[in-house]
Amino acid sequence: MPVFRLEIEARSGLVDAAGEATARRLRSFLGIDARVRTRRVYLLDLEIDEGEAATILDNLVDPIAEIGALGMLADQAAGEAAPWLLSVGLRPGVTDSVGRSVHRAAEDCLGRPLAGEVYTATLYRLWGVGREAVERAAAELLYNPLIERLRIEESPRALDLAVPRAGSSRPPAVAEVPLGAADDAELERISRAGMLALTLAEMRAIQAHFAGLGRDPTDAELECIAQTWSEHCKHKIFASPIDYVDPAGARRRIDRGLFRATIRGATEAVAAARRAAGVDPEGAPFLVSVFHDNAGVVRFTDEDHLVYKVETHNSPSALDPYGGAMTGIVGVNRDVLGTGLGAECLTNVWGYCLGDPAHAVGLPPGLMHPRRIRDGVHHGVIDGGNQSGIPYSRGFELFDRRYLGKPLVYCGTVGVMPARVGGRLGEVKRIAAGDLVVMVGGRIGKDGIHGATFSSVELDESSPVQAVQIGDPITQKMMADFLDEARALGLSSGLTDNGAGGLSSSVGEMAQATGGAEIDLAVAPLKYPGLQPWEILISEAQERMSVAVPPASLDAFMALARRREVEATVLGRFTTSGRLVVRHGEALVCDLELEFLHEGVPLPTLSARWSPPARTLSSPGEVAAAFAARSPGALLLELIGSLNLASNEALARRYDHEVKGLSVVKPWVGVRQDVPATATVMRVRHGRPEGIVLAEGIHPHYSDVDTEAMATAAVDEAVRRVICAGARVDRLAALDNFCWPDPIVSAKTPDGEHKLAQLVRCCEGLRAACEAFGVPLISGKDSMKNDANLGGVKISIPPTLLISVIGQMEDVRRALDLTPLAAGDRVALVGITRDELGEAEAARQLGLVIDAVPRTDLAAAAARYRAFAGARDAGYVRSAHALGRGGLAIALAHMTLAGELGLDLRIDGVGEGTLGDAAILFGESTGRIVLTCRPGDAAAIEAALGGHGLAWLGEVAPPRAGGGWLRVARRGEALIDVDAAALRARFQGGEL
Amino acid sequence: MIPADPIRERFGIDRARARDVRVLVMTGYGLNCEAETAAAFARLGASPEIRHVGDVLEGGDDVLRPYPILAFIGGFSFGDHIASGRVFANRLRFRLGDRLARHIDEGGLAIGICNGFQTLVKLGALPAVGRAPGGGLARQQVSLVDNDRLGYRDAWVRLRFDPESPCVFTKGLEGLTLDLPSRHGEGKMVFADAASQAAIEAAHLIPARYVDEAGAATERWPDNPSGSPGGAAGLCDPSGRIFGLMPHPEAYLDPENHPRWRAQLAAGTLPPVGLGLHVLAGGVRAVIDGR
Repeated sequence: MPVFRLEIEARSGLVDAAGEATARRLRSFLGIDARVRTRRVYLLDLEIDEGEAATILDNLVDPIAEIGALGMLADQAAGEAAPWLLSVGLRPGVTDSVGRSVHRAAEDCLGRPLAGEVYTATLYRLWGVGREAVERAAAELLYNPLIERLRIEESPRALDLAVPRAGSSRPPAVAEVPLGAADDAELERISRAGMLALTLAEMRAIQAHFAGLGRDPTDAELECIAQTWSEHCKHKIFASPIDYVDPAGARRRIDRGLFRATIRGATEAVAAARRAAGVDPEGAPFLVSVFHDNAGVVRFTDEDHLVYKVETHNSPSALDPYGGAMTGIVGVNRDVLGTGLGAECLTNVWGYCLGDPAHAVGLPPGLMHPRRIRDGVHHGVIDGGNQSGIPYSRGFELFDRRYLGKPLVYCGTVGVMPARVGGRLGEVKRIAAGDLVVMVGGRIGKDGIHGATFSSVELDESSPVQAVQIGDPITQKMMADFLDEARALGLSSGLTDNGAGGLSSSVGEMAQATGGAEIDLAVAPLKYPGLQPWEILISEAQERMSVAVPPASLDAFMALARRREVEATVLGRFTTSGRLVVRHGEALVCDLELEFLHEGVPLPTLSARWSPPARTLSSPGEVAAAFAARSPGALLLELIGSLNLASNEALARRYDHEVKGLSVVKPWVGVRQDVPATATVMRVRHGRPEGIVLAEGIHPHYSDVDTEAMATAAVDEAVRRVICAGARVDRLAALDNFCWPDPIVSAKTPDGEHKLAQLVRCCEGLRAACEAFGVPLISGKDSMKNDANLGGVKISIPPTLLISVIGQMEDVRRALDLTPLAAGDRVALVGITRDELGEAEAARQLGLVIDAVPRTDLAAAAARYRAFAGARDAGYVRSAHALGRGGLAIALAHMTLAGELGLDLRIDGVGEGTLGDAAILFGESTGRIVLTCRPGDAAAIEAALGGHGLAWLGEVAPPRAGGGWLRVARRGEALIDVDAAALRARFQGGEL
Repeated sequence: MIPADPIRERFGIDRARARDVRVLVMTGYGLNCEAETAAAFARLGASPEIRHVGDVLEGGDDVLRPYPILAFIGGFSFGDHIASGRVFANRLRFRLGDRLARHIDEGGLAIGICNGFQTLVKLGALPAVGRAPGGGLARQQVSLVDNDRLGYRDAWVRLRFDPESPCVFTKGLEGLTLDLPSRHGEGKMVFADAASQAAIEAAHLIPARYVDEAGAATERWPDNPSGSPGGAAGLCDPSGRIFGLMPHPEAYLDPENHPRWRAQLAAGTLPPVGLGLHVLAGGVRAVIDGR
């Protein structure tokens, strides 16, 4: 079967977007000044002849805007110099979603199905550079050896028809792993060699289990157990008992483990308090489904529940930022799709903790440049979200050099679930014995094998393709649309995502519903031949879900799948045998007791001891001198242009935030829509007034002093933000995402006991905050091995807790944002300002080390928010903003930019008279809100909030020379006097 | 007291009569604006039906006949791999081309939004200058290519409308500046040659243009997100019944979709309905009035 090569490019004179973008990145990232043109290359490895290949080309090339050739286009125009040619294609087996679309298009052109594959590549033509620069461009920007093939040549070139056909002719085989006679060293070797990430105690437990059965495990059984018992799936650090020595030196034991004691404990306490207070109507509790499904579910309206989940995808994003991050977003979409009987994705959120993209020197070998990581991560989540037709609501970036080693990539999705599907509850899977196990969506390849386990072992560079999955949003979108239809028709009884651990996890989990399952891997559709049964079982190839289908619905289900061009395959059925039985044709691959698989993991007792490293603090004199060295106005301008406070609007606008037509308070607000919203608001259904309010809190820098302060600050900020925008105080729910450096003491991690103690304090702070605010935790995720060990350099992330809150409104037309609306309105600060500059953005910017991080008086804050919500709902509040990173000065700057009006303010009434200007303007004391109100409503605000640290700051004033301005005075003297234009120049100037 | 009917007052549509206007909203293959497009038509009193493209392709000879309006919605058909709308347009040409041509010949309407516009252009349904009835779809005459400032961008833009355009969808919008969200990476119009462009301009087949703050057509970013020549944001065919545009009228269906709705509310200028409905209303009205 001959291979045909097609080359297509933009007609000369028209913009070549990819080429321009590449040239710009080469210039700004690498200082390489090249002229670049790109060309799309399609290699048709299909059953076609040359005439048919020409027909396909004709139909692919845009007759107005492009030129194309069967074979090769000329590398240069007459009289033009010969370019360097740099060709980047995918490695064998890597998902090629464009190739799939070209394949489809070829079938449409010829009107018949075509066996084979289409492979795509990009051909860069570069002028004005030498070989060295071309090689650098490849190595540092254009080519990722983990997933791509590279060819560099000078024109003229020969016709290259090589295609990366994947697969092998190796026959499938099941091997036994000889555990029976293995000693401890051998057990550890087996775990390490197999990338199983099983501890010695776990290996011994497995050995003992199989000794009891009188046989050795198969390779697939051992793999299946390793996936199921992985930290990723089993959350062992959160489940194990802990011996804890607290900061006062008192020792106690957390027997139930942190998850039960603090996370679930908080949620149960909140649920009990709601019951006691009679908050919810009888039979309609707020918490619908928490902790046991793919995502948390809470009550919204009589018709709909809300589903929310936030995931991290850190390790994959470090290796392949684009593919890893894309898999993060489409993966969490599948979590929502697979909750209960299935939910629809409503909106996405994202957040990235990254190294400084301008990082210049001293990058440890083996790390990708943070600029490239940032670029790729955004691009991946943009493509994944946009192509799935899901708008984003919230997005943040946070920078610290310690995220160089491991970027944190948070991706989340809110879904909406019909409360009832037919006569059944939407949140309950109703899988019955005899229901069929149907795999739906993409095919199985070696991609992502060991995704669940590799985060805790070193990457094996000899098998790179296995570590990385690449998403294909269109295949997933078509699958999601199909599953939505199938659910509406009542054709399925339950479903779950094939994420971490692949089929072994998805079928293994669903099998718990009936008490068993039996599947045959020989019928599973593969991307290419040669996969071993254990690989098929644990592959994390994307875009797949496992669906339980009752036999009576099977024909309809399969027929619908065919009509929607979604591949669906019956792999087996659910049973009551108590076992997960997997065959490959006649061969028995895996026969495991579910009880052992899910409950057999031995949990060690972990050791935690609060023993923080010494901090060299700045003296009061140093602090005073640093702040005195510039005026508060000058410091504000510096800060608002700094990495953690500057706008990233240009990047953020590449994410769709309006598809579905439900947005109410968008991510960017204000006269010019260039100020990040305090919280976002959107409708859930067209024509209905109810809506959701989303915001988050994340303060990893406070963890350098105390993780408890970090936790309470994060919960407080997320709650306060949604309250500012209009959320009901009695319908809040939160998600916790823990990203931690390895907290298990070992030779590699001598300070593990302290890191675990930091986790304990964080969890206890989290529980206290959730109880105080009445906010249940409905879902979460932990990622516990965020360290990089490269070239003898260890970089650990700071302990990082992200809290994402989802609030509810009965009528989105009452939503607020931070934009001041009219001159003459009064401006007030609510809440207590203390001397809390510790780890504040301003202090860190000035190189000051201060221990006084913000502490949250939870009871006072909760009371304050209830009072604020009362005044808000009575209509007295016209705009509101939550103070966060950068403190009062940054919040006021946001309001100035948004309103393009004047803010004429005085801070004499803020804090006690002894409080310094810097603490008032740049301290990050929690619990504070700035609001504006009509002058006539000032008395009502006073009455409602007078007991909650209310300080009148001044008035909204007319614009100056057509633009906004901010003046902040104390004792009659202006500390800040700045125009919006100057603020905006700095705010937007920091963008890369 | 009879409650105010903003649909009648704003758009001149009698919702009782609009009920007979069936709108086919095709989805699937990575398209994604079906819910808001259907909601927008429903808000006007029309009767939208969301159907999977696959079912339409497999439908009979008369599958389009019940629908006076076809809606080609936004999204990423087949990922916009290869080029925006290309794979989808090919599939429609091969498998629905004759039926589409007959729909056009018989006076049917169609609106293409964003990816739907790109698809109609690549299908030859727009601008279809010189196309003779009965002759099938025209050849592709223009294209929509990468924006000058690269990459996808979501931001609101201002549009003004050509009062001399035959376009039935933009009738009644003359003199109005309409704010709409723009969300695409490939929206710059390019023509086969200067003569083709001149013919299109002369026939007033560019009903919608991006304008600056002063209301003048502009090629300047960000008022014009793509650098499209003359601010061209949409195209119609010579009959005026087939129309496509890059911005998304269906995403401004509630007043609160507007980014400045709170300021409008404070100023007392918040409209009772989303003004994006204007564009769809033109089509519904044209069907009711038999134009």
